[in-house]
Amino acid sequence: MSLDPGAETPAEIPHEAVTAAGAPQRSAASGGRGRDIWRSVLRSWSGRLGLVLAVFLVGVAVLAPVIAPYPPTKVLLDSSRNERKLEQPCVHLLGCDSGEVQHVMGLDENGRDEFSRVVYGTRLSLLAGAAAVILSVVVGTILGLISGFYGKWLDNVLMRIMDIILSFPSLLLAILIVTVLGKGLINSILAIAIVGVPTYARVVRAQVLSLKEQDFVTADVALGVPRGRILRHRIFPNTLTPLIVQSTLGFATAVLEIAGLGFLGLGVTPPTAEWGTMIAAARGLIFNSPHLVFFPGAMIFLNVIAFNLLGDALRDALDPRTAGRD
Amino acid sequence: MTRFILRRLLSSIPVLFGIVIAVFVLARVIPSDPCKATLGERATKAVCDDFNRRNGLDRPIIVQLGRYMNNMLHGDFGRSFQVRRPITTLIAERLPVTVELSIAALLFAVVVGIPLGVIAARRRNSLIDAGTMIVANAGISVPVFVLGLVLQYVFAVMLKNTWLALPPSGRLSAGLIPKPFYAQWGLHQNGLLEFISNHTLLNGLLQWNWRVVVDAAEHLVLPAVAVGTIPLAIIARMTRSSLLDVLGHEYVRTSRAKGLSEFAVVRRHALRSALLPVVTVIGLSLGGLLGGAILTETVFGLTGVGKTLFDSITARDYGVVQGFSLIVGLAFVVVNLITDILYAVLDPRVRPS
Repeated sequence: MSLDPGAETPAEIPHEAVTAAGAPQRSAASGGRGRDIWRSVLRSWSGRLGLVLAVFLVGVAVLAPVIAPYPPTKVLLDSSRNERKLEQPCVHLLGCDSGEVQHVMGLDENGRDEFSRVVYGTRLSLLAGAAAVILSVVVGTILGLISGFYGKWLDNVLMRIMDIILSFPSLLLAILIVTVLGKGLINSILAIAIVGVPTYARVVRAQVLSLKEQDFVTADVALGVPRGRILRHRIFPNTLTPLIVQSTLGFATAVLEIAGLGFLGLGVTPPTAEWGTMIAAARGLIFNSPHLVFFPGAMIFLNVIAFNLLGDALRDALDPRTAGRD
Repeated sequence: MTRFILRRLLSSIPVLFGIVIAVFVLARVIPSDPCKATLGERATKAVCDDFNRRNGLDRPIIVQLGRYMNNMLHGDFGRSFQVRRPITTLIAERLPVTVELSIAALLFAVVVGIPLGVIAARRRNSLIDAGTMIVANAGISVPVFVLGLVLQYVFAVMLKNTWLALPPSGRLSAGLIPKPFYAQWGLHQNGLLEFISNHTLLNGLLQWNWRVVVDAAEHLVLPAVAVGTIPLAIIARMTRSSLLDVLGHEYVRTSRAKGLSEFAVVRRHALRSALLPVVTVIGLSLGGLLGGAILTETVFGLTGVGKTLFDSITARDYGVVQGFSLIVGLAFVVVNLITDILYAVLDPRVRPS
């Protein structure tokens, strides 16, 4: 039993592809159709909210050096202020004495500015998530294309390997891979990328299988177009649409998993600001300084919900049959 | 039906063998030395040679694998390097923690998620619908460990000394050590009874020890809510969309036309077929629950399957990694099987003839 995401969105593009049977197929998500998709994403409240949040997060990540008042790893405590360790947030607007130094989210357990760390964490989280997703998408797409297009024993072997990966809880497998490769950010990105590959491979494969039977492909085969060319110019562009949806949703999962690995102490090496690692460090202090858990936690949440909402809206926009259902 | 179940069971054997072999090889690829991880960095070569010989680690991998498989088929999973106890005992002790947690979480997800989805679908586009779906979308996006920590803070710190206070971690309050139920029943200890009695809540129920039952249940609430929230959100969304689909069908209109009450229409006609995709989703998320419990178990100080696997991977405790991975794999297979059977019960069309 499997919930094949590809099965939910069987080729809706080839309908227009058929009308232009002979003409070269361009990427389905380009030009006029691209504009339509954006308009339809923006029509739903969830799409709008997701987009706003995503733009906000990307903005924070890009502008991190401008927004953050301190370097993320700088210890601000000196001997004169030592007794103010673990202080609560101090915001002038909210009644904190203006003689005090302002720390919007307080200081963390090592006396670093929590706000700056959260801001820089956005950068790291988005970059790491993007790297993991791009890696999985590239590998998954190649495997899916090969599996679906050339089929036979190769398809069988590849898909059974994907089944084995999928039959194991993804976080556990990621932990195992990180242990094999060694702790660290790069290795956790790699682990999460590997764990994500089967999803994309399956989506692409399902799409390829249905495309293979379409008239514009069989026409090409009959005309004697080389298989590699069919794959590159007919099949591949038409797998992009479900891939975009899947990778948006996958990005949300990747961010969550990176934070999870960080929380378990398998992610970045300590002074670097990463949300999951920050939460793990503040865990023992939750009874006195819950804000040290709350702020990075809220950022993870915002990040995940932004791309989940965006992914859902994109799916509805690209596949009108599911629109308005959830 | 029996043949269908048997065939499904048989076809899952190769998958289980695949998992055993994959984990066996993967565990041995982990760099670093189990001897040093167990006996400390300063263990001498002679000590390590002896350690490797005693644990059969000096043999070629293929011989180790063969021996392991043979022992496993005889019910012997070997011993843990770290705690020097049979792995079967560890499983009997720690699997119940995760089983109880998963069942409680799933119960919470189903009992809250399905009604939420039904209400949202019945009042489509109302404020309730929008509210439910916002909560569902938020629920899918909360990291388990953050939710767990927030719940701990709210219920164990903020609500401390109120009647809503709940214990933040562990399985039972300190000092409360219930006897295993079989001792009270005058039965002799064996592996199975031990396994059953390690389900704290069940153990309390079986000897009608009300204090243990209440205490165990209280400890279970927060972790179950933390683990159950994501499946709850998925179930609510799925129920809503699938019920909306079904409510548009002819037979629903017919049953309305013949004068059935709205409740009967939904309850007896629509919901039954609407639940089919929901069952699939529940099955899928239960598989995730069992393994994904690592984070929750870490947050709530529970030594279950997830925590044990994590610790044993870090400690290079090969036998434990293998034994518990097999348990996780087995859980996946069993859950899939149950899902398929439920599916057949709910939808006569997929019932094998």
